Amino acid sequence: MINAFYQVMRRELLTAFRRIADVFNPLWFFIIVITLFPLGVGPEPQLLLRIAPGIIWVAALLASLLSLERLFKDDFSDGGLEQLMLSPYPLSLLVTAKIIAHWLLTGLPIILISPLIAVLLSLDFNTYWAVLFTLLIGTPILSFIGAIGVALTVGLRKGGVILSLIMLPLCIPVLIFSTMAIDAANFGQSYIGALAIMGAMLVTAITLAPFAVAASLRVSVS
Amino acid sequence: MWKWLHPYAKAQTSYELAGKLIPWFTIVCCISFAVGLVWGLAFAPADYQQGDSFRIIYIHVPAAILSMGAYTSMAVAAFIGLVWQIRLSDMAVAAMAPVGAVFTFIALFTGAAWGKPMWGAWWVWDARLTSELILLFLYLGVIALYNAFSDKVLAGRAAGILTLVGVINIPIIHYSVEWWNTLHQGASITKFDKPSIALSMLWPLLIMLLAFATFFGALMLMRFRNEILQRESHRPWVKALVMGGK
Amino acid sequence: MEFVSWADFFAMGGYGFYVWLSFGATFISMLGIVIDTRMKRARLFKQVRNNIERNKRMQAARSMENTL
Repeated sequence: MINAFYQVMRRELLTAFRRIADVFNPLWFFIIVITLFPLGVGPEPQLLLRIAPGIIWVAALLASLLSLERLFKDDFSDGGLEQLMLSPYPLSLLVTAKIIAHWLLTGLPIILISPLIAVLLSLDFNTYWAVLFTLLIGTPILSFIGAIGVALTVGLRKGGVILSLIMLPLCIPVLIFSTMAIDAANFGQSYIGALAIMGAMLVTAITLAPFAVAASLRVSVS
Repeated sequence: MWKWLHPYAKAQTSYELAGKLIPWFTIVCCISFAVGLVWGLAFAPADYQQGDSFRIIYIHVPAAILSMGAYTSMAVAAFIGLVWQIRLSDMAVAAMAPVGAVFTFIALFTGAAWGKPMWGAWWVWDARLTSELILLFLYLGVIALYNAFSDKVLAGRAAGILTLVGVINIPIIHYSVEWWNTLHQGASITKFDKPSIALSMLWPLLIMLLAFATFFGALMLMRFRNEILQRESHRPWVKALVMGGK
Repeated sequence: MEFVSWADFFAMGGYGFYVWLSFGATFISMLGIVIDTRMKRARLFKQVRNNIERNKRMQAARSMENTL
């Protein structure tokens, strides 16, 4: 079972690395969105510091939304999903492997370039750590919640708009708590509480979302 | 034990039962609406603080309660549909969603119109208003997903799954919004704390709640019948019904 | 009775605009969904009827073919 999990993940990563542009596109998108805000509201560091949490998280949300469609689309069109369903292993497990691989390809790069964001938005060191931690805990939640939306809409021709319609409201708690943590760090307060709640949300998402994704895929593929 | 329930899993039986129930719901709805409106608008005393603007409560609160109740019943129906694979249950989800969305809209609109004279602004990011707005988004998501599928059996199941995901998220969303609200809000806005409401105000409120609930019931059953007709349109009993001139 | 005259009733103690706006919007949106439901039903009935008519015509055409 562990082996199946590992194999699915390996395959995901391999196919992604064969087409490396797909990995970078959401990343460019993230950086460009973040660049637009200082251009839109003005370059004052005070102002940027005030709105930085919101900018970072809205951009991360949109970037993950953009990359999510890829999660099941190719497998859906080439029959790979049916293969997964026919395998003797529980679908929810294999789906978890796919989601984690997806996070490694989209969430992790965003975390890796986060020092760049700190420079662009003139964050101080303490705030930057908060950004890092919230991204580390928050982006997997986005991947897991988003996977449900993708699984529901993968069979539809105009799935993209519906995906954002059904997924964005569900991501509001992540947005609230991560910006709350970054704000607290901004004011030099402790932000462990918000992080702990996000951790709880992550655990809930990891335990429940795979089953919802599996059920949704069964609907979409039939 | 559940044998008696079995015939109602058949579409035609449910269709006929719904048809028998609709007039009763409609009658109770019309009567309680008339009584509640006249009582609430003309006979109930004005609030000593808010004056007559308080009368908006007679639609705002029932709509808000029912908007949440509708989502809960949708989730129950979705759960039954998913676990016991009863298709009629999925149809009920699809039938309830638009009615619930309308109630949510009413609660938001009346909340805004009540907030203008009380708070001085049409919209404030009050925790309850914000939660209600997100609830509207959830409803619209379910409706949009349902309409996006051309196969209505699959649409019903997909909408059911989304409803269940949403219902798990509702408490999380609610508490996070509440927390966000206490963090960001100054003390300028006074909440309507109503620990006790006078009986002369409570009675019309309860009657209006009954009116909204029966309205929901009647509308839900009507839409439920539509869903059945749509999916069974090639069955002989539907053809007989249509040609019967009914 | 809380109000002394009709004008008093419509004024709602100065809050008339907001109160009647709320009740009006509620009434309109409830009426809207009722009408939508009724129209959907009528449309479904028409659809089924059209389908039956079409099948009848097809059958008639087929029996014509057979007799020729």
